[in-house]
Amino acid sequence: MENPEQLIRKGVHHDGLKEGLVKAFLGSLTWGIVIVALLLFGRICWDGVPVLVKPDFPFIDVAFLTEKTETLHVFDDANAERHSLPASEYYQWVDEHGADAVFNAQTYSYSGGGIAGPIVGTALLTLLSIILALFFGVAAAIYLSEYAKQGRFINLVRLAILNLAGVPSIVFGLFGFAVFVLVAPVFTDVPSDRSLFAIPLGFTWLSFQGWNSSLIAGSATLACMMLPVIITASEESLRAVPQGFREASLALGATRWHTIRKCVLPFAMPGILTSSVLSLARAAGETAPIMFTAAVAAKDDFPWEGVSGPLGVLQSQVQALPYHIYTLAARIPTSEYTQRAQYGSVFVFLLMIFMFSTLSIVLRNRVRSKLKW
Amino acid sequence: MVSDPPTKAVPAVAIENLRFQYGDKQVLHDISLDIPSREITAFIGPSGCGKSTLLRCINRINDRIPGARVSGGSIRVAGIDISRPDLDLQMLRRRVGMVFQKWNPFPKSIYDNVAYGLRIHGKKSGTEIDERVEHCLRRVALWDDVKDRLKASAFGLSGGQQQRLCIARTIATKPDIILMDEPCSALDPLSTLKVEELLLELKQDYTIIIVTHNLAQASRCSDKTAFFYLGKLIEHGPTGRIFTTPQVQQTEAYVSGAFG
Repeated sequence: MENPEQLIRKGVHHDGLKEGLVKAFLGSLTWGIVIVALLLFGRICWDGVPVLVKPDFPFIDVAFLTEKTETLHVFDDANAERHSLPASEYYQWVDEHGADAVFNAQTYSYSGGGIAGPIVGTALLTLLSIILALFFGVAAAIYLSEYAKQGRFINLVRLAILNLAGVPSIVFGLFGFAVFVLVAPVFTDVPSDRSLFAIPLGFTWLSFQGWNSSLIAGSATLACMMLPVIITASEESLRAVPQGFREASLALGATRWHTIRKCVLPFAMPGILTSSVLSLARAAGETAPIMFTAAVAAKDDFPWEGVSGPLGVLQSQVQALPYHIYTLAARIPTSEYTQRAQYGSVFVFLLMIFMFSTLSIVLRNRVRSKLKW
Repeated sequence: MVSDPPTKAVPAVAIENLRFQYGDKQVLHDISLDIPSREITAFIGPSGCGKSTLLRCINRINDRIPGARVSGGSIRVAGIDISRPDLDLQMLRRRVGMVFQKWNPFPKSIYDNVAYGLRIHGKKSGTEIDERVEHCLRRVALWDDVKDRLKASAFGLSGGQQQRLCIARTIATKPDIILMDEPCSALDPLSTLKVEELLLELKQDYTIIIVTHNLAQASRCSDKTAFFYLGKLIEHGPTGRIFTTPQVQQTEAYVSGAFG
């Protein structure tokens, strides 16, 4: 190395080549993933956007979002002109033109009208399940990190909770079916025949006869599925709050609970919210847990129609977007007429998840900008 | 151990044959020490000698550390044994305030930081809290700096100001005793000076116990000094005597800078 120029000239060291190769290798892997993701989303948007977006004001096909799901009737009229009408309009058409004017009739279930039912159902399911999961999850996390005597046993409990996160969602579905649908307790004046057992309370009965397939059973099942993630993440967020805050508060004479409420939980909230919205997005997308516990393919009413009070809403079955997509994809024949409902549903669903995630990020950043240490 | 004869008045804190251990490891060995009222007592000694542990026993904040326990002896605050099962821990901590090594204001406004303790102890009235907050902030010489931004985050203050805010927060609940765990170790000399001036001013009303690694600080502002080594109280007495004519060889070695 007499010539110092050799030291700084590019390509003198073979390390340079190795570096370049590693970079290219890692880069190609990364961009490969990105391209696959773009293709996936691109395909959905390519067919989904035309369903939802219209060229004229208000630029969005509001009917697709606000109308209930209907059966699509496709037929030729006497002039060999092809019509595709949702059930309600079809019967009107038949009333006007007579049943004899219909030729080559085909029907496609769930492919007409809009997807308001599934949207509402998914919204209710996720809202209710996140409330349940946050309540139980944060309570458990507070106990585990703040109250429980740290040791082998608590670590074992933590491990068990962590492992629960890996349990397949269909197992949660079956669990929910076995527990919430079949044996969860209800107050009733007349215990059902299949009640596991019933406790007389004098004025009424506490009967272990299950909640049937209903909004509340589905939400409880989804909440169970989200719990492990929420507990683990909440505990981490609680631990991330500096010990100094706790000691300062305790040293001022605050009780443990007061300290947690005022000096720990508020500062752990951004982390808890972020993790819960992430698990919420997952729960919103799950089909298996709600298949047996809450979802129905066809439903003519919104959950709040034809029921008595909020309790009735909880007891009603709902449509749900992921289940609806499953039905559209697996239960009906695919043709040019079903594409609207299929790609439209998937596209709307993706938009919803995207909105959830954006909301969580915005929320977290807002809270976080206020809390810094 | 060499001690001066106890003072006549009832000590603010009376420690008797205290033993303390983390798990199986004994960190305090038979400590006996009276801390007089309305004076500044400095705990000095090399790292790991147990002085902070002893300090943290006095308001029982060590309770939260798993495996930490007092295994013998007693601590009396104002004549009350603080290990009594019927002790009101919140009340004890209200009387024995604490300032920590790393300033730890809550991520709340300056006002809310000082008002925190007041609100815990059931003060609801706005004007009462307002007055107390102003009084405490004046007391720590922060009022003029922050009176226009009481609602701003405490994190916007400098380190020294934050530490003084923590002192204001502590005195807001009117404790009798203030425990200070190396309150200046992370401060620059000028901020340290301000805190020391504050200590001298506060000792008119409060009994102050300060753990410090800074020997000059101990000699500047304390009335009594206690020297700890390896979990034992080696020597304690008036600060002047400890620093000029220590009677134990280890103390002399430490205060003269031979080790530590």
